[in-house]
Formats: sequence, structure tokens, C-alpha cells
Amino acid sequence: MTEDEFAAYQSLAEDVEDHRWAFGTGFTDPLEGIDASVPDGVDAAALATYCLMLGDDALIYSHRLQQWMTHLPELEEETAVANIALDLLGQARMLLARAGLAEGAGRQEDRLAFFREENEFRNVRLVEALDADFAELTGRLLVFSAWRLALFGRLAAARDPVLAAIAAKGVNELSYHRDYAAQWVVRLGDGTRLSHDKMQAALRAIWPLVDELFRADDVVAALPGVAVDPGELRAEVGAVLDTVLAAATLDRPQAAPMAQVAGKSGRDGVHTEAFGYVLAELQSLARAHPDATW
Amino acid sequence: MVTASVRAAAVQAARQVAEAVPDPELPMVTLADLGILRGVAAEGERVVVTITPTYSGCPALREIAHDLRYRLGQAGFTDVIVRTELAPAWSSDWITAEGRSKLRTAGIAPPGPARRRQAPPGPVPLTLTATRREPVPCPRCGSADTTQTAAFGATACKALFRCDACREPFEYVKEI
Repeated sequence: MTEDEFAAYQSLAEDVEDHRWAFGTGFTDPLEGIDASVPDGVDAAALATYCLMLGDDALIYSHRLQQWMTHLPELEEETAVANIALDLLGQARMLLARAGLAEGAGRQEDRLAFFREENEFRNVRLVEALDADFAELTGRLLVFSAWRLALFGRLAAARDPVLAAIAAKGVNELSYHRDYAAQWVVRLGDGTRLSHDKMQAALRAIWPLVDELFRADDVVAALPGVAVDPGELRAEVGAVLDTVLAAATLDRPQAAPMAQVAGKSGRDGVHTEAFGYVLAELQSLARAHPDATW
Repeated sequence: MVTASVRAAAVQAARQVAEAVPDPELPMVTLADLGILRGVAAEGERVVVTITPTYSGCPALREIAHDLRYRLGQAGFTDVIVRTELAPAWSSDWITAEGRSKLRTAGIAPPGPARRRQAPPGPVPLTLTATRREPVPCPRCGSADTTQTAAFGATACKALFRCDACREPFEYVKEI
């Protein structure tokens, strides 16, 4: 390492006034220096909740993908999934920071990520389960990234400039995620008899959670010009999935949507059993040592 | 030490320092080469440096901000803040010709032109095969006979390739 390259690390070692919280970020606001005022006519509380929804989707799914580390079949897939998880974590950080700023109650991203209860999370239920196998990972990633890409493509024109900028940046990343997942679904579906059957079974397992992605809610209705009606995405996402499934010689499962609880599901804070476990793993260390720094 | 308000010459000096800061993950190129330095300005006596992340989760951003403050401090600018700017999103098209040449010399293939959507909002075209429209030439021997071995590499901004002529593996900065 040359002296020039070393300087970046030397400056970190010399940094004394910026103690980092041991379990979260605690050191940089991902929206530092960005004008975070809420535009006129936009419902700030609804905007905060909407950013929580989109941030929680990415935060929880990123954690589930991180749980695959050291379990993937090849090193190349390990780096791919790690990079995808990292992109989603970056999106989650900015969205949670945006939510905290729009809320205006002083809650920062770490507090929102580590100290909310299960029923305060607004993520869709698709992201909660631990994938049973690699086929399920690629199938879920295909559905999630195709949906999120369609959503972020529209949000890039949202009337909140911060949300629009986060979405526009995410579009580039999600395009890579979707292509990665789609190529694996085709390779497995159009592969051997065994890989085909596993891929088809994986789609059957996740399909009951797909309908929820397109369901409208009150928060979206309260944010005209900002939020996107998820129902609008159904055709575009459906066309992408059909294209991939046709190339993969797979059938689109005919599955009834997973039941709601008294008309509520993920976006309302009502989650599947798997969610408690992933959240516990994500939060327990931070909660055990709330004041730790390093 | 800057004691009076930062004058134009001082801003220019600060800009030169900021432009020359190496990227922590690609130390052969500078922030200016990568196109992630958005601006250097004076606010009173303070130097404000604006940078943009390459990817949302880019973990190098903190190191870059620290390095900027450290090097500007060494150059006499003690009151420095580093701001992040998200829009417009960084594109690999912003890597300068000099940056591309430095990457190639270091054995890393520079990115091709980023694919652009026709007119937003429009769907992003789906790519179902790993075959690329335009070949990525090997940075060592120049052969166009190369194969992508992984769509993601050791950092968020790179993919892995192999040259089928000289048989060497190499990294490629993804177009985004």
C-alpha cells in the first residue's frame, strides 16, 4: 500500500471525536447535507409512513439475503447476493433516514431499524421467510426486484425530491438484481428435470405472497403525486414475470393469496411467523447493548 | 490556516486537493476521475465538498469523506464539511477518459456506455442471457474474446470476466 493509499485509513484511525455506535451506523447520516424539507401540500406523516414501508421492505429482505452468506453453492453467487443485500441496505438506510426526517420526531435510521416492535414494521410479507433453497432465493428475488424496479421507475418522478432521488438511484441497482435473478430462474427452470421441479416448487411456495405487492392502502391514497398505486404495477410486473417463466419453461402458479388477518397484512404491521425470528436476529444485539460504541 | 473568508484562489486550491483524493476501493483513480466529486465551494470560512455515492450502499463513502477532511486539513483547510448529493444519480459514463485509461493500465476493464431507458417512465428492458451486446475487451491483451464469469465482484461497482485469448481473469467496472 502506498503512502497515498494509506492516508484514507490513517485518517480513520486518527478520528477521535466521532465514536461509532457499535451495532448500527451511528456515524454518517446517509442524507447529510440534503434539503429534507417536505414539499408544500405533501402529508408529512403519510410520507414518513410510506418511506418506512419501502425502507422496511429493503431492510428485512437485505437481512434475509445476508443470512445466505457462507451457504451459497459458489463463491460467485456469494458475492452477487452480498452485493444485492448491500444495495438494498443502502436503500433502506436512506429511506429510513427520510422517514425519520419527514416524521420530525428526531428518530434516526438506527432507532427505526433496531428499536421498533414487530407490529410497527410495514414491510410486505414476501420478504419475511428464510428461503428453503437456492431456487426459492432466485424466485423470490425475481419477484421482489421486478416489482421494486417497476415501482422505483415511477417513484423517480415523485413530487418529493428526496424520495425521487433515492428511487432513481435504486433503478440502476434493481435492474442488475432483476437480471441476475431472471437468469438463474431461466437456468434452473430450463435446466435438468430436478432443477426444473425445484424451481417450479419454489414458485408455488412464494406465489401466495405475490398478490399483496399490488394491494392499495390508505397511505398511498394520502400521497397523490408522491406515492404510486401498487395496482398500476401489476401489468408491467406480470409481463416481466411471464417473459422469464416462458423462457424458463415454468408455469405461473395458480395460488390463492395468503389470507389477511382481519383485513390486515404486512403494510399494516401484521406479519407472518417467520418475521419475529428475522427481526429478533436483526435487533437483539443492538438492544442488549444500546449504549455500546467502538 | 484559513483565517479570513475563503477566497476564490483558496477554493481553487481546495478543489485541486479534493480532485486528487484517491478512491479507497479503486486507489488508481481519483475522485475527479470517477466523477463522484460534485463540487467544492466556500461558505464563509468553511469549505464545502459535495460528493455522490456510486451505489446506495457504497461503504466507501465514509472513508472518502474522512480522507477529504484529512487531506484538506493537511493543506491548511481546517473547517471542512462533506455533503452527499443523490440527484442526478451517478453514472459510470461520468468516469473521465483519464480515469478509464488508469483503470485499464491497472488491469481493470473500464465500463461501456450505460444503458438508458428511452424516456422515463418506461420499463427497463430485461436481459435474460449473460451474453453482452458489446464485447468487453481484455485490459491486458486487448482481445474481444472474453466471458463474464460473475455479474458481481468484490465491490458493488465491478463484475468478473475471463479473457479466453490470454486466459487471464480480470475485473470490469459495471456500466450503470
